Amino acid sequence: MNALVLNIDGLSVQVVGRPATQRVVANVSFDVHQGETLCVVGESGSGKSVTALSIMGLLPRGNLASRGGRILVEDEDILTASENRLRALRATRMAMVFQEPMTALNPVEPVGKQIDEVLRVHRKFTRAERRETVLAMLDAVHLPNVRQIYDAYPHQLSGGQRQRIVISMALILQPKLLIADEPTTALDVTTQAQILALIRELQEKHNTAVMFITHDFGVVAEIADRIVVMHRGCVVEVGAREDILAHPREAYTRMLVSAVPSLIPRQRDAPGGEIVLDVVGLNKIYSEKRFLGSARMVAAVQEVDLTVRRSEIVGVVGESGSGKSTVARCIVRLIDPTSGAIHINGSDIAGATRRALRPLRQRFQIIFQDPYRSLNPRRRVGDSIIEGLVNFGMRRDQALTKAGALLRLVGLDPDAMPRYPHQFSGGQRQRICIARALALQPDLLVADEAVSALDVSVQAQVLALLQEIRDRTGIAVLFITHDLRVAAQICDTIVVMQKGRVVETGRAETLLTAPRQKYTRALIEAAPGRHWDFQNFRPLQPNGAGAIHNPTSRPLPAR
Amino acid sequence: MTGKVEEPLAPSAFGHLRRTLTSAPVLIALTILGIAILIALLAPFLGTGDPIAIHPGERLKRVSGAHWLGTDAFGRDVYSRVMYGARISLLVGLGAALASVTLGLFIGVIAGYFRMLDSIVMRVMDGIMAIPGILLAIALVTVSGASLMTVVVAITIPEIPRVVRLVRSVILTIRDEPYVEAAIALGTPSPALLLRHMVPNTVAPLMVQGTFVFASAMLTEAAMSFLGVGLPPEFPSWGNIMAEGRIYFQLLPGLILYAGLFLALTVLSVNVVGDAMRDALDPRMARKL
Repeated sequence: MNALVLNIDGLSVQVVGRPATQRVVANVSFDVHQGETLCVVGESGSGKSVTALSIMGLLPRGNLASRGGRILVEDEDILTASENRLRALRATRMAMVFQEPMTALNPVEPVGKQIDEVLRVHRKFTRAERRETVLAMLDAVHLPNVRQIYDAYPHQLSGGQRQRIVISMALILQPKLLIADEPTTALDVTTQAQILALIRELQEKHNTAVMFITHDFGVVAEIADRIVVMHRGCVVEVGAREDILAHPREAYTRMLVSAVPSLIPRQRDAPGGEIVLDVVGLNKIYSEKRFLGSARMVAAVQEVDLTVRRSEIVGVVGESGSGKSTVARCIVRLIDPTSGAIHINGSDIAGATRRALRPLRQRFQIIFQDPYRSLNPRRRVGDSIIEGLVNFGMRRDQALTKAGALLRLVGLDPDAMPRYPHQFSGGQRQRICIARALALQPDLLVADEAVSALDVSVQAQVLALLQEIRDRTGIAVLFITHDLRVAAQICDTIVVMQKGRVVETGRAETLLTAPRQKYTRALIEAAPGRHWDFQNFRPLQPNGAGAIHNPTSRPLPAR
Repeated sequence: MTGKVEEPLAPSAFGHLRRTLTSAPVLIALTILGIAILIALLAPFLGTGDPIAIHPGERLKRVSGAHWLGTDAFGRDVYSRVMYGARISLLVGLGAALASVTLGLFIGVIAGYFRMLDSIVMRVMDGIMAIPGILLAIALVTVSGASLMTVVVAITIPEIPRVVRLVRSVILTIRDEPYVEAAIALGTPSPALLLRHMVPNTVAPLMVQGTFVFASAMLTEAAMSFLGVGLPPEFPSWGNIMAEGRIYFQLLPGLILYAGLFLALTVLSVNVVGDAMRDALDPRMARKL
């Protein structure tokens, strides 16, 4: 086995001034070896990021403090090191890449200068040597036109390019340990695949130990050598990738892995109900008005056609900027479409005036991505749910009775009504939002990334709930998502969008197994962990869904 | 992830509020403010005489048993005038604060919510802001004649644009919140949408802004009276008292000093309380402590 780089032994972290029983991280032990990728997986609040910050010696002072345990990075204890020593160790021996590259970079300094600073602090190079080293590093992370990029500001680069800059900053001094905290979570799936490949390539070149924090089992299946599963600050299970994914010992791991939606679409009957939503030639063009001269036009959505039938779930998938959310918001008339028709139950709402639209609003409802911002924090849950009913003239006591029934429908207790949103978890709040949307008994429900902000186990529950509601009420659902796995899990029909246009439309199983368009194929190929069937704890057969060679994936050992 | 970590760290909102509002300077300021309000309410019962009764024989007397703070050039009792002056100053401050907050809220909501009116309303506000406040107030009083009402109006108008900007910015941030969009999707009519979901978010910043208007209105009133364009001279406002005492300053400095001291202490207290409220209501400050 390769040399030990990181050894954590009995690490505990707690909130300053709170009793030791409420630990954020409790008795965590694991190690990482040279050239190895260790994935730390867990849902939000599992303590994975706090563990990473402890290794960097970056725990927020006065808020969190380590209580006991050791963190040895190449036999040097981080917890007892002085502040000066820590400063010398960071970047040279261990380095970190964060989730959001835009906030990790200084927006008012050229990126080259920011990488240069690392060298200036830690190495006695001349100016020319430093510039040479930085340019070589930018080249190593496969950035084009490195001289131009050197002088570029973060906002001039794409998300993927920014993350490459952050990675080059972390790796320029060739640290022994790279900690990557959700480095691809904020990126599009195709960019994510490239960044994962890059990390792998650099790791092999320098034999770096990588500790990769993620919540995404797809990514884990792609890159992990070994896996640490964390839950509520404790290590649940440590093991080799195949052991954890195929033979999880602990019930929690089993639940977590099996909650990952499969990329293989389910066999479903073709939807045959009447058409609820029919969008024809929808356009949304933003024009930037200028004082003089012609306006600059940006087409967010161009000539989009789609139909949703009764009892059908239609998924709109695409990367950021593809216009999928704009379509959703046009359909519920939160924004006004530039042209085109939106027929709901036959009546065109695209051009309806505010007044004409109001009675029609009962027919279509929307749920949003962020459950923390979707409910007015100052209003009781019951009041939020009955808002629509009261708007359309129902008596308050009647509406409250109905709200109780709705809460039961979404799997919550009617006791929830007099409480405030902050007393609920993200998943519960999303259930409340669904109850609110269903209160008016709409024919169409638009779900705009409705499960994207949820942990995978909660996500599975909410998806199951949506399906159950569909089966029970026959509601038509337009499901906007960036996640092909979620789409494969829940959608009957999938619409792929790119740059404001519909690229491909088709039944879920045909589209995902035999995509006709190049872009659809690229999206499927980029989906991480598509060689693994998580729900059944086994690798997929090579002739399974979208079995195209994936360069970022390590070959799986034969079993 | 970070949100989850912070949750147990953030002290409860009320704990933070209590700590901010019970620090020593804030307690002192609240006490002073309380005394000022009591003086204003109870002015007739504090051993005062008629604040505007002229006694030609008693002109410019020093401090004595009969006149606790002496008399002014017309033989009026300075102590009585200063006590009654608290009424005028606090009334002007409160009136201007309430009026500018109410009008500012109304105009700000219109500018923030009805986008078509936004640029027109805001250009008018820019216009008002371009004129120095005291100059505008003087002009208004000169045109419409000096009375308590016109002085309050004249002080209120230059304060409105700041309140409008504040309210508009709050409305603009809130209107994109998903819960507001959800309410729109539920068919909530505009007035209910504003009252239920948007206006409650303006209350905290308006309370803070209101205290600052309160303090600056008292100062503006004093400045206007001192310049002779404020309340008519028979009103015993602190500004008038100081204006009339100016020429006798070398003879009887108390004529200016007593009223000035009350004014300074009251304004300072209001500002301290306003700052404390801003800190208490700002969640970002809560994190730091």
